[in-house]
This record gives sequence, structure tokens and C-alpha cells, in this order.
Amino acid sequence: MTTTADHRPPATFAGLPGLMSLMTGDDKHDQAATSTLDVLWVLYDRVLRVTPQTADDDVRDRFLLSKGHGPMAYYAVLAAKGFVDPADLPGFGAFGSALGLHPDRTLIPGVEISSGSLGHGLPLAAGVALGLRARDLTDSRVFVLVGDAELDEGSNHEAIAFARAARLDALHVVVVDNASSTYGWPGGVEARFAVEGWSACRVSGRDHDALEAALTAPHPGRPHMVAAVVEPKSAPARPAAPGRPAAPKRSAAPKP
Amino acid sequence: METMRERFAAVTSRLLAEDPRLAVVAADISADLFGPAAARFPDRVINVGIREQLLVSVAGGLSLTGMRPIAHTFASFLVERPFEQIKLDLNHQAAAGGAVLVSAGASYDYSDNCRTHQSPGDVALLNTLPGWTVHVPGHPDEAERQIRAAARGTGLVYVRLSTETNAVPLDGEPGRLTMLRSGRRGTVLAVGPLADAVVDATLGFDVTVLYAATIRPLDAEMLRAGLQAPDVVLVEPYLAGTSVPAVADALRDLPHRILGLGVGRRELRRYGTPAEHQAAHGLDARSLRAAIASFLRI
Repeated sequence: MTTTADHRPPATFAGLPGLMSLMTGDDKHDQAATSTLDVLWVLYDRVLRVTPQTADDDVRDRFLLSKGHGPMAYYAVLAAKGFVDPADLPGFGAFGSALGLHPDRTLIPGVEISSGSLGHGLPLAAGVALGLRARDLTDSRVFVLVGDAELDEGSNHEAIAFARAARLDALHVVVVDNASSTYGWPGGVEARFAVEGWSACRVSGRDHDALEAALTAPHPGRPHMVAAVVEPKSAPARPAAPGRPAAPKRSAAPKP
Repeated sequence: METMRERFAAVTSRLLAEDPRLAVVAADISADLFGPAAARFPDRVINVGIREQLLVSVAGGLSLTGMRPIAHTFASFLVERPFEQIKLDLNHQAAAGGAVLVSAGASYDYSDNCRTHQSPGDVALLNTLPGWTVHVPGHPDEAERQIRAAARGTGLVYVRLSTETNAVPLDGEPGRLTMLRSGRRGTVLAVGPLADAVVDATLGFDVTVLYAATIRPLDAEMLRAGLQAPDVVLVEPYLAGTSVPAVADALRDLPHRILGLGVGRRELRRYGTPAEHQAAHGLDARSLRAAIASFLRI
């Protein structure tokens, strides 16, 4: 897939809903997709040092979408940034399309991992960070996006404890927190990382300046984690007030 | 004799010095054997602790950066416990560097540990995934040759180490079957450490005996070349029948019969020695002789 002059993508955040509507056929989007939209845009627009032209270079930042569910926002951002031809978006989910409900790295330029099964991106990212270190690619960083419910998977916690011990300072995790974990994270999801010695912070997942500042904050010698808080999954999709992350909302634990 | 696991650590430690793309990932098991290598190559000898999902995923991540990872622990915790990590983080990611998995423990090396540390199903599980080369060495020298080749390669390779061995190495050309004996009444294919038992079991029988230190891909050409009667007994040191489909595929244009011998599916719930477990699964020379004679009508 190459971007042609005829399909020059709108490289603005405001253009993303239009790109997403090419996949969904309307302007209403699945919450799993829209929860990540601002984070993905800030990463690709302001943080990641990777372009379609450098997507195969050894020296590049790697972005791993671990939460492979609801990838329309991801594909929209990739189209806006020239990795994906917008003309391919309407084929979303079709048999011959490169764009499926879970991304396949062998089908889409610039997609670092195939994902969909939860709990794989962060452990893989730990391995990528180790590989960058072993190859002395010290100018490259790895960013991985996980969901707060995805952290239920125990494999993440194997990686969280190890990454601190191995001092993987090339590793960055952004947890998009829409309060969808069944049993929640007392003290905030960031506490699970902070207790292991990570650099950790919590910002609004809809505030682009706050996200940029959090994602680029220095964290020498330690891996870095950003909790990007968005409206709870069960609530109507609307932005949280800047600087005031949406309060977690939990349902009661299911009765046996 | 030096164990396969000790040889693995010694050889791999030397290979680390020769190839900067090689990395070892351990989960505490054998980490002591890699101590000197870890001191010399701290970025490429990685111990993740007792975290086997992470063990495989870290190997997958290393491979995504172009490294050649060798991940190692007991087979039960390398293949069975994190099987979905193998399926997705090694196979599905299809990274250029591929990966090598080197296991210890095999089917009943830890006979006195009971079921928890026994992995007769590892090869069968990997057979549900595409692209794997599966080595089942019967001697430390064979293991060394396989590990050296695997480290140089780019694909997905499983090396199944065991404390059970044959007296001498029996392998020939890498990946090929070795003919130990030629005969007219049928073929007995012995895999890895069970070769000595098979040779003893077939003394005086007019049968072809073939040896495989690499069971996947199966050397169909040699199997057919040695076939004087279309009856094959397959003797594997893991789950009985694991490679029967591969043998059947190799002989698909011939009317043939196959008997798959190996470790039984039933849990023994016994302790004791590896030799006692081998006999309990009918894999000692005397039991094998009876089974082979019955099937080949000798």
C-alpha cells in the first residue's frame, strides 16, 4: 500500500473521524476504538520518530499496539500519517483487505506487532527494548499501548517486574484507562508500575499537550509508564475535562 | 559423561562470543551454567526469573529487533505452559530472526518429580504450528551439532535435550535419517535416546533400523529408500504416535501399516527412576521386542 497524490491524507486530528467513518460507514465509533484515538494521534504526530520512509530502519522508534481490539483509530492515524492508503480503509475486515479487526504486522507497513490476544505487547516490548540495547541502538525507543482491562492478564505483570530490574529505560508503556477492568486497580493503574520502581504518571487521555509532556518526560535508568485516563467504557463517549481525569467507575463484582 | 544440558551451556557460551546477534534467555533454570557468559555478555545473557510467558515473549521481542534468541527452560515450562506465546510471539509475528527453543527434562528425566516436570506432549504441541524444525538428540555430540546449526539459522528450531542418551552418537548428515541396519521384514524408526533400546530389541530380526536425531521435517527420502516391506514401527521418546502423520504422509502413495510406540497418554502417578518409567511405557528393549515382533509378524 502506498499513498498516492490522489489520496493525500488529511494530516490533522480533525480529519481522523472522517477516516474512521470510511471503515465503519458512520460517524459513531466503537468505544474501544475511540478510547485510544487521542493517544495514538499524539504519539504519531508529536512523539514517535518514525515515518513511512523509515519504517524498516534499524534506528527508529517502535510503537506496539498491544490492545489490538478496535483498531480503527490506529488505522485512521496510520492513514493520516501516510503508512496506509486511505483508499484501502473501506475494505476494513474484508477477506482480501490488509486491515482486519486485529492488525497483522505482515500485511501493513509500519505495524510492529500483530495483536489481538491480550497480554502480549508489553512482554514483547520488553524483548524489543533488550534487543535495542544488545544492538546498541540507543537512539531508538519502544512505546506500547495497553488497556487497563488488558492488565488483567498476568503476563503483563511478569514484564512489569522484570523491566524495572533490567533497567529498560527505552521502554514506554501507555495504559489507556477507560475503567473497563472487571475488578479495577485500587490506587490507580499507575500504582502497579510505581511499586516496581517505574517512572509513572497519570494524565487525561484527551489532553494532547498533557499526553505529549507525559510521554516525553525524562526517566533516566527506569522504564516509563503513562496512565491516559478517558471516560469510562460504560459512560457516553465524551472528553474528560482537561487536567481532571475521569473518575474510575466500577460495577460491582459479579456474584458467584 | 557431560550432560546435554551442560554441553548446551558450554557451546552456547562460546557461540555468544562469535555471533553478536545471538542472545540467551533463561528463566532461572540453568542460569548458573551461563554465569561466566552472563558476566561477559550482560546484554545478551538474560535471566527473566521464574516467568515463562515472559521468557518466550522476550525471545519474540529480541527476534523483532533482528537478534537470534535461544530460550531455555524445562520442556514443561518452555512449550506447555506458554504455548500461546509460542504460537503468537514466535510463529505469528514471523520475525526475521526466528527463534530457538532448547528444553531440558524431556518426558521422564525427572521421573521422581511426577507429572509436573514431565513433558511428553511437547513435540505434539509444536506439531500444531507451522515451520518448526524439531531435533531430538540422543547424545551430547549430536546436541552440540544441532545447537550450532540452529544458532546460525533464521527459522524456528526446537532442541529437546534429555538426560537419557545412547552410548555413542548415531547421527550422520544433519537432518537425515541414519541407517543402522538393513532388513526385509519391515522398518523400525528409532528417535533420539531410544535408539540403543531399539537396537537391542531388534537383535536377530531381519528388519531395517533407522535413526532420527531430527524428527521434523522427516527425512522421507531415506525412510522410503530403506523400506523393503511397507510396515513401519515408529519408536519415539515422547507421546506415542506423535510423528505417525509424518510417516503416513511420506508413504501416502503406498499401501502401508504403521505402529506408533512412545510415552503413553495415561498418567503413571509413579516416582522412581527414568528406567522404570521407560519400562512402564513399554519402551524398554524387552517390551519393544515383543511389540515389534507382534506387529511385523516375526
